[in-house]
Amino acid sequence: MTPVKLYPAKPDKVYVFGTCLIDLFYPEAGLDAIRLLEREGIEVIFPDDQTCCGQPAYTSGYHDEARAVAEAQLSLFPEPWPIIVPSGSCGGMMRTHYPQLFAGTPREAEAREVASRIYELTEFLVHVCHVRLEDKGRTEKVAMHTSCSARREMGLAETGPALLAQLGGVELVEQARAAECCGFGGTFAVRHPEVSAAMVEDKTLAIEAAGAEHFVTSDCGCLMNIGGRFEHQKKSLGGEHIASYLWRRTS
Amino acid sequence: MSVQQFTPQAFHRQAHEALGDPQIRANFRRAMDGLMTKRRDVFTDWDLETLRELGANIRLRALAKLPDLLEQLETNCQTNGIRVHWAEDGEAACRIIRELCEARGAKSVIKGKSMVSEEMHLNAHLEAAGIEALESDLGEYLVQLNEQTPSHIIMPAIHLNTDEISEIMHDKTGTERTRDVDYMTAAARAQLRERFMSADVGVSGVNFAVAETGTLCLVENEGNGRMTTTVPPMHIAVTGIEKVVEHLRDVPPLYALLTRSATGQHVTTYFNMISSPRKPGEHDGPEEVHLVLVDNGRSNIYQDDELLDTLRCIRCGACMNHCPVYTRVGGHTYGTTYPGPIGKILMPHMLGLEATKDLPSASSLCGACGEVCPVKIPIPDLLVRLRKEAVGEGRGNVPGAGVKRNRKEVAAWKSWQWLATHPAAWRGSTAVAGKLRGLAPSRVGPWTEYRSAPKLAKTSLHALVKAHRRAKDEGGES
Ligand code: SF4
Repeated sequence: MTPVKLYPAKPDKVYVFGTCLIDLFYPEAGLDAIRLLEREGIEVIFPDDQTCCGQPAYTSGYHDEARAVAEAQLSLFPEPWPIIVPSGSCGGMMRTHYPQLFAGTPREAEAREVASRIYELTEFLVHVCHVRLEDKGRTEKVAMHTSCSARREMGLAETGPALLAQLGGVELVEQARAAECCGFGGTFAVRHPEVSAAMVEDKTLAIEAAGAEHFVTSDCGCLMNIGGRFEHQKKSLGGEHIASYLWRRTS
Repeated sequence: MSVQQFTPQAFHRQAHEALGDPQIRANFRRAMDGLMTKRRDVFTDWDLETLRELGANIRLRALAKLPDLLEQLETNCQTNGIRVHWAEDGEAACRIIRELCEARGAKSVIKGKSMVSEEMHLNAHLEAAGIEALESDLGEYLVQLNEQTPSHIIMPAIHLNTDEISEIMHDKTGTERTRDVDYMTAAARAQLRERFMSADVGVSGVNFAVAETGTLCLVENEGNGRMTTTVPPMHIAVTGIEKVVEHLRDVPPLYALLTRSATGQHVTTYFNMISSPRKPGEHDGPEEVHLVLVDNGRSNIYQDDELLDTLRCIRCGACMNHCPVYTRVGGHTYGTTYPGPIGKILMPHMLGLEATKDLPSASSLCGACGEVCPVKIPIPDLLVRLRKEAVGEGRGNVPGAGVKRNRKEVAAWKSWQWLATHPAAWRGSTAVAGKLRGLAPSRVGPWTEYRSAPKLAKTSLHALVKAHRRAKDEGGES
């Protein structure tokens, strides 16, 4: 379980680590995360040399390769500012697994120090920025899917829904078995496609059954999976990264 | 007896078949939903996290002192009149039990529920020697009648619904076809009662073996455990070497965690504490009590300070009840004695990674198992560790390490590594990928059978950020 974290006061500057999925597939979500932070009066530093946190190789067991890639990210955050990650999965990798991955190596202390500055976006907006949102969007029913890594690895089941609750026009509906995995799991979806498909099918059925018109998630892996399933079935029910949804409705 | 065959090598085929069987899907979904609700509701009376922390620490302390505690257990059991036997593997354990049976001229064995006896295939071994072994736990009894293996470690017949059970009992024991659960339970009880009276030997498992007192604790609901361990003239308890705890006072917290995590019960109907054979002047109880301590790969797990956590397990089954994969494919699909998350982290040590190579990868690493495990086993971390062993980047101390390493995959990860450690090339390639998106395959393997293919964005985040900065420098928003 994530140890209790003492949240700092709102800083003047933060780093943003955009993640490779956002970089390649959902860049707008990354930019919207930056906009949300900037609106809070924070200067955002986006290190140009960032690539990937190393998680795909890490969960596949290729730890030498994962460590090499993770090591390339370690030096991107030299100043003591918080590092904001708009993904529970990459955030969990950097906060929880970097110290494990570098244990016993010369960069262990640095990895621990970087890990201690990692915040998932919604966590940071709620607990550090104490953000107040003003909704300008239309009334709609929305379901939130919190990724398993945000929920369990980072202990952040509440922060996404807490932000949505601030949006006056949004009626948050809860799908059955909300805490159950959507079946993405990175390479799991490729190695065990049928099991993964059965999981995402149940997830999309539950979101529909809850009466949602739209769904949001804080992880692009889940978005790709759940959204891809809805799209494949030509459903109008679409999904969005929470950063984009929040920005869209409040700007 | 022809037992229905499932193997870990055929995981994919078995998963395919289970997923296509609406009855199996419905039976497991209903049962697991019920078990999850029961567990959640029962833990309102304790502070769950405090109790889990305590449970984990008790198990860790026992493991830290394991060799000494096992010696202490042996000494205290012997003092109490319980004879202790050591078995290096399942076959040795089977041989010990068979020889004990043969020494008494035993022809029939009645069994309380024991997963270790499943692990070592005791029933088949005894039958080959002409000794009949009959399961007395209701679920195990049904599974045995149906010539199957258990599909869950706590509820062996959870894959069967009432109608299927009625059919099996009708077929094999001649009872009426019915939906009346009480009728079927009473019938099974009557059938088993006779067998308890006539059995020569009772074989049971052990939930906790207490080193300081030489006491064997057995948790159960049906009373079959008490009958098995008290009615026949000889009782043989068989268990893994990791089941030992240091003190008697370590038992209540573990027991509280076990029953709540497993079935959502505050207590079970029976809690047996076995500390000796029948003493002079006593009117009942077995004349002989034996304890068979089975290693079967456990001391190898014990040597590795990460894998060691696997041995904390108290076999509650909560990890499978909460597993989204287990819920969908059921227990038999795994093809191993222990299914679900605990099976995935334990069976590779018993069968080797070659036979079980599809098990550690059959997880989305969602962490539901680790979240509910009463002794806080970091199951997802152990799955990742086994994946690492399978691709040959671990410490090499799991049998079959390196079996999944292949040149193509290594080359792919190496190219990814190169790209992700050369930022300029990465930016170039993500920009190029964006421009070439029209050429990207619209079918990325199995993904697109169920979902639309992910679309590469026109512009990477790197490029968007650049434009955003420029716009800000010029004084406007992007
Ligand atoms: S691994 Fe944990 S949850 Fe699973 S059976 Fe063992 S003790 Fe229970």
